Amino acid sequence: MWHRFHIVDLPFPLDDAEEIRMSRRYSRSRAGATVLAVAALVLSGCGGVGGDDEPAEGEAVTLTTMGFGLGDEIASTRVDLANEAIAPAKVKIGGNAFDPQQFLSAVASDSPPDLVAMDRQLMGTYAARGTLEPLENCVESEQIDLDQYRDPALAEITLDGKLYGLPEFYNNRVLMINDASLKSAGLTPEAIDTSDRAALSATAVKLTKKNGKDLARIGFDPKIPEFLPMWARANGVDMISDDGLTAKLDDPKLIAGLEYAYSLIQAQGGWGSIKAFRDSFDFFGEKNPFSTDQLAAFPMEDWYLNVLADVSPDTAITVAPFTDEQGEPIDWATGNAWAIPSASKNKDQACKWIKTMTQSDSWIAAAEARAEKRKSENKPFTGVYTGNEVADEKIFGEIVDLSATPAFDAAVKGVLEAQDDAFSMPASPAGSEFRTAWQDAVNRVLSGQQAPAEAMQQAQKEAQAALDNAAGS
Amino acid sequence: MAARTEVRPRPRRRTSRFRDRETWAAYAFLSPWIIGFLLITAGPMLISLVLSFTDYDGLRETQAVGWRNYEQVMSDPKIRTAMFNTLVYAVLSVPGTMILSLWLATMLSKVGRRSAGVFRTLYYLPEVTPKVAVGVLFLMLFNGQVGLVNSALGLVGIDGPQWSTDEAWIKPGLVLMNLWSVGGTVIIYLAALNNVPRDLYEAAELDGVSAWQRFRHVTLPMISGALFFTMIVQTIAALQTFDEAYTAFFGSTASATYSNDAALFYVVYLFQQAFQFLHMGYASAMAWLLFLVIMVITFVQVRLSRRFVYYEGGER
Repeated sequence: MWHRFHIVDLPFPLDDAEEIRMSRRYSRSRAGATVLAVAALVLSGCGGVGGDDEPAEGEAVTLTTMGFGLGDEIASTRVDLANEAIAPAKVKIGGNAFDPQQFLSAVASDSPPDLVAMDRQLMGTYAARGTLEPLENCVESEQIDLDQYRDPALAEITLDGKLYGLPEFYNNRVLMINDASLKSAGLTPEAIDTSDRAALSATAVKLTKKNGKDLARIGFDPKIPEFLPMWARANGVDMISDDGLTAKLDDPKLIAGLEYAYSLIQAQGGWGSIKAFRDSFDFFGEKNPFSTDQLAAFPMEDWYLNVLADVSPDTAITVAPFTDEQGEPIDWATGNAWAIPSASKNKDQACKWIKTMTQSDSWIAAAEARAEKRKSENKPFTGVYTGNEVADEKIFGEIVDLSATPAFDAAVKGVLEAQDDAFSMPASPAGSEFRTAWQDAVNRVLSGQQAPAEAMQQAQKEAQAALDNAAGS
Repeated sequence: MAARTEVRPRPRRRTSRFRDRETWAAYAFLSPWIIGFLLITAGPMLISLVLSFTDYDGLRETQAVGWRNYEQVMSDPKIRTAMFNTLVYAVLSVPGTMILSLWLATMLSKVGRRSAGVFRTLYYLPEVTPKVAVGVLFLMLFNGQVGLVNSALGLVGIDGPQWSTDEAWIKPGLVLMNLWSVGGTVIIYLAALNNVPRDLYEAAELDGVSAWQRFRHVTLPMISGALFFTMIVQTIAALQTFDEAYTAFFGSTASATYSNDAALFYVVYLFQQAFQFLHMGYASAMAWLLFLVIMVITFVQVRLSRRFVYYEGGER
C-alpha cells in the first residue's frame, strides 16, 4: 500500500501540475501515517493494560494478588513459605489495602488477580455476586483442616452455607486502660467498668481533663461509630440476623446503647472537641495518647498492644474485657481473609498458597521471626492474634514471653481471655452498604443532625433496602 | 528554467476542502485529541448512557431495568442531600475563587516584571499540589483544637469553629481550602489585565475618574471575557468536586468511619454507589443527571453572558 506514495527516482521529468499532485499525495500519505501512528499508539496503550500474560508451555505461572503488602516479617515469612509450597509457580505481591475500584476494574476487564485479601465483612458482597470462588473443592483437594480456624472468623466468610475464604488475623476488642491517667485522678483501673453505666459516666467525666476550653485528656472514649456493634451486643442486640438478610438497626435496645455512648461523648465536651483532639494524636509514635496522658481508657483492637510495646514499652497499661450490664464479657472479632476470585486461572496453586499462608506452621514461623526481631531491639513481643486457634496456642504458649514486662503480660492474658467470648457479624450480601448505613447514622447523631432514634430508623430503611435488593438480585 | 518560473493560473478546485494539504495537516495534529475524545470520553459516555438503563455491577450478567434507575435517582433522599451540598459549595466556591483571583492578579499587575514572575510562580505552586494531599492538609489545618486556622483566628480573639465536624462549617472550610489553589485563575486574569489598553486608563485619568470607577468601567468590561471563561470552568469544576472531600471524609477506612453528610457531594455519592456498593447502572444514571444539570447551568450562564461580556469587535 505504502509503495504507491513513495517518491523514488523517477525515469521521467514531472511537470508542475504533476509535481503538485504528487506533493499532495505525499502530504496526504504523511497525514495518514500520522493519524495511523497516533491511533496505533492510543489503541496499543489501551490494549496493553490487560495484556495476555499466559505463560508458554512448560513455563512456571505467576500468580497475582490484591489487598496485601509485604509490610513486615509476619507477612514476608509466610509469603516465603507459601511461595515454596507452590514452586515453581511464583506469586507477584501487588498493592496494599484492598481497593474495590482496582478489584472491580480487574474483574470487569477479565484480568482478575489469582488471590485477594479483603475485610471479612465485605466478602459477602463479592461472594453474593459470584466473584469469589466457593472453597469446597479447595478444602477437599488440599485437605485443609477447618477446625484449626476460629469459628467466628469462619462465620464471617460463610454465605448461604458456602465458605469463601480462609481467615488471616483475628482482631479482638478489649478495654485498654492507661494506669497512669487513672492514678493521677486518684482512681484504679477497676474504676473502668462497663457493666455499671452510671458509674462509668461519672468516671469518664472525672478523668476528663481540660486546658481552658481545649481538651487535654479524654476520660473514656466509647469509640463510636466504629464499635457500635459492641454497644449493641452489650444491650442484647445483634445488628443483623444470622442469615445476614435482616437489619435490626432500629431495635430500641440498640438505640438505647447508642444514646448511652453518645451521652459519654457529650459529657466529655462533645463530638467536635473529642474528634479534633483525637485527630491530633500521634497514635503510632512515641508520643502516643497513652504515653502523653491524652487518653485514660477506651475499647480498642488488640494490635494496639503491639504498637505500645514497640514505641513505648514502659507504658503501664491494663486490659479488661468489655462487658454488658450483667458483667458478661463481650469481644467483637474482625479481620481479613484470603479468597480466590472465580475467574482466577490458577485456582489450584492459589488454593495451596492461601492454605499455607493461614496454616499454623506458617503463623508460628512468622511469630518466631517477629520475636527475634523484638529481642534484637530489646522490646517485648506481645504476640500475633490470628484466625488460627492452633497457631495461637503455640504462639502464646511457647513463643511469647512477657515475664520481664508484667503489665504487658497481664494485658495479653486479658486479650486471650476475651477472645473466648468473641462474636462476629454474619456475612451479608450487602455488607458494604449495611456498614455505611449504620456508620452514617451514628455520624449524623454525633454531628447533631439527628437524634439517635431518628438516625437509626433511617439507617434501618437504607440497610434493609440494600439487603433486599442484594438478596433479590 | 524560465518556463518553470512562469506563474500559471491554478486550476479551480472542485474537490472537498479535505483535499487541501493544510486541512489534512490540521486534522493530523488534532487527531490525538479527536481519537482520545472518541475513545476515552465519547465512547464511555455513550456506554454509560446504555448502562444507566441496566443493573450493571461490573461483576454479573447485566439485565435491562428500563427507567428504574432514573426513578430511584428522583426518589433517593441522599441524592437531594448530595445535590444541595454541591450547589452550596458551587455558590460559595465560584465567586470566592473569582474575587480572590482578581484581587491577587490586580496586585500582581502592579508589581515589577521581575517580582511578578516570582509571585506568579508562588501562587501557581499550590495548583500542582495533588488534591489528595490537599484533603489531608484540610484535616490538619482546620483541626478545631490544634489547627493553624483556628490558632490564627485565636490571635485576633476569634474562637474558631469545629471545621471538620460541625455540619455548618464543613463546606465553608472546604471552600477556603479550595481557595488555596487559585493560581491558574490568577494567571488568566493577569494576562487579561495586561492586555487592557493603557490609553483607556490614561483617557479615564484625564477625565478625572476615581480608581474604583476606572476598575468598574474600564478594567471589568475589558477583562469580562476572561471572567466569563473562568466562571464557566469554575462552575463545572465545583459541581464535579470530589478529591478533597473524598480524601478528608470518605477515602480511607478511618476517614470513612467518621464521614459527614455535610461533605457528601454529588460525585462522592456517585463514586460510593459505583465502587463501594457496586451499583454501576445507578451511578451511570446519576452521572447523566449531573451532566444535564451542568448543561442547563452552563446554557443559562452563556445566555446571560451576552449582556455582560465585552468582545472586542463584537457586540456588548
